[in-house]
Amino acid sequence: MAGNTADKIQGGVLGWVDARFPLSQLWNEHLAQYYAPKNFNFWYYFGSLALLVLVIQIVTGIFLTMFFKPDAELAFASVEYIMRDVEWGWLIRYMHSTGASFFFVVVYLHMFRALLYGSYKKPRELIWIFGVLIYIVLMAEAFAGYLLPWGQMSYWGAQVIVNLFATIPYIGPDLVTWIRGDFLLSDATLTRFFALHVIALPLVLLLLIVAHIIALHEVGSNNPDGVEIKANKDENGLPRDGIRFHPYYTVKDLVGVGVFLIAFFAVVFFAPEMGGLFLKPANMIPADPLVTPDLIPPVWYFTSFYSVLRAVPDPFLGVVAMGAAVVVLFFVPWIDRNPVKSIRYRSSAHKLNLAVFVVTFVVLGYLGLQQVTAFYGELTLRFAVMYFLFFWLLWFHSRERSAVFSLVSFAVLVGIYSFYDYTRFDPANAQLLLTAWLLPTAYLFVTMVVPVFARNMGRDRPVPERVTA
Amino acid sequence: MANEGVSRGRRRFLVAATSVVGGAGVVALAAPFVAALQPSARAQAAGAPVEVNVSQIEPGQRISVGWRGRPVWVVRRTPEMLDLLPEIRDRLRDPDSEQVTQQPEYARNPHRSIDPEIVVLIGLCTHLGCSPSYRPEIGTADMGADWGGGWLCGCHGSRFDMAGRVYRNMPAALNLEVPPHHYLSDDVILVGEDPDGETA
Repeated sequence: MAGNTADKIQGGVLGWVDARFPLSQLWNEHLAQYYAPKNFNFWYYFGSLALLVLVIQIVTGIFLTMFFKPDAELAFASVEYIMRDVEWGWLIRYMHSTGASFFFVVVYLHMFRALLYGSYKKPRELIWIFGVLIYIVLMAEAFAGYLLPWGQMSYWGAQVIVNLFATIPYIGPDLVTWIRGDFLLSDATLTRFFALHVIALPLVLLLLIVAHIIALHEVGSNNPDGVEIKANKDENGLPRDGIRFHPYYTVKDLVGVGVFLIAFFAVVFFAPEMGGLFLKPANMIPADPLVTPDLIPPVWYFTSFYSVLRAVPDPFLGVVAMGAAVVVLFFVPWIDRNPVKSIRYRSSAHKLNLAVFVVTFVVLGYLGLQQVTAFYGELTLRFAVMYFLFFWLLWFHSRERSAVFSLVSFAVLVGIYSFYDYTRFDPANAQLLLTAWLLPTAYLFVTMVVPVFARNMGRDRPVPERVTA
Repeated sequence: MANEGVSRGRRRFLVAATSVVGGAGVVALAAPFVAALQPSARAQAAGAPVEVNVSQIEPGQRISVGWRGRPVWVVRRTPEMLDLLPEIRDRLRDPDSEQVTQQPEYARNPHRSIDPEIVVLIGLCTHLGCSPSYRPEIGTADMGADWGGGWLCGCHGSRFDMAGRVYRNMPAALNLEVPPHHYLSDDVILVGEDPDGETA
């Protein structure tokens, strides 16, 4: 038997395992013989970085659980105990709190990449939907975790978010009592949020991430040119524009990991509170149900949606608008019907639309952190309208539109919000209202009306047969 | 699967019956888990009424007491504050307290209180439950010259007057809630119990 080469290759420990578990097969299918497009750029780091942050959060989270006490009387002190008395406890906790913010930084960039290169389009709709679900579970996970230190901001932030459910007609108040497990935010709420944060939601998150990656490996990655590499295969049936994920992209991603960790630990060591963006000063005060801090902004990664909530002057409709701002993401693969995937070959009008969306999201995020004033309130309303107009324009730019359709739909849209402005017109604020009116109007004018006269602006460009780099 | 000599109708009936019984079992099992999340008996028992002595409150001063973990404000309003209440009527959303859920019947009057001077309010914004800050001064720079005193919610900017009535076009749609309360003597209020002894 010793002379039989076939036996040797399939022998050994690996052979023994492979006969019982498809180890080599999994390794090959997902890494060594998984072909990814050769032209990935900077934007393609963020998927693997999201996995890295997930590992950081799970490992640091496990260690924090060893010292944290989920009890309204003890929670705040146990966090201080971790920070002061536990060996290296400050590092573990700051890695966890910084990791939460970096998770969202990475995920937002990862999502933006999908918008840039049309990675949500056929046949990758399910990857996108799993991704949006991951994003929503991540928000729930972050929200539940934020309550645990039981500081003032934890308490009142949770108070505001939990009370969002109270605005639902009829069942709202009872539903909120059920969520809290008490007539106010209390120990009962803390313990159940702890259970959700450390076990229930992470399990769901892991399952969704597995589904996200299985779906991705089924259809293969998109790329910055939006060209299907599987459409062009060599005589061995391998894509000509693909390279093996391992070792080429594993090594490339390691460079990304190195750069990421430099940035990550720079924050952990030198600015773990990030000037109040990552950890708020008010959260260094124990929760007090009788005193609300002057300003209760959510953590930065929620503030864009929070602004949409504040833009609507009715509690329930505000919650509906905020929910719609998230839920609309599920429909993006069917809103954008343009066959051209990558922004490289999309019209200038679409490029401008995406650029304005980035600005809108950032401005809404900034406004969500500010105290409400007449000026900021007006801006919030306008940018919230522009947030939703982005999705309308995404559909509008699915193909080149006729002059009549462009002009009529422009007039209708402007008419709708101008009518609302008319109903709330107040001579005292006329100048502010009219100036702010220009924001969405200019946005729609440039992306819908100008292409009617400058035809080149609304036209997509031909997509090449093969990837370009 | 062997299909010979099998009654398909009977097989289908057995599969359906097993599924229905199994499904009913899952629903029945879910009930205790859903119910477990409701307030426990201990949480329900913790809502006893509290006594507040109002004799030491200066005119214009607000004191804050805790009842069921919520802040309850007691304010002794000045005559000037009381005079302003009818003047700002048309800037309010519900000046006549028509929303009956927001106050007991005995506080459904222009000053929303039993004693016109002393108002008792639950200090949580009816929008999303922040505790608004007390801004009793009349006509300030940041609140505007026509500000008649009251409360400003720092979370979403809702404004309330000195009777806890919400202004128009605010995120909050309801007046601040008046808790059930009554006077045990001239100086002592019992918060959490109606005059007839009913607890909320």
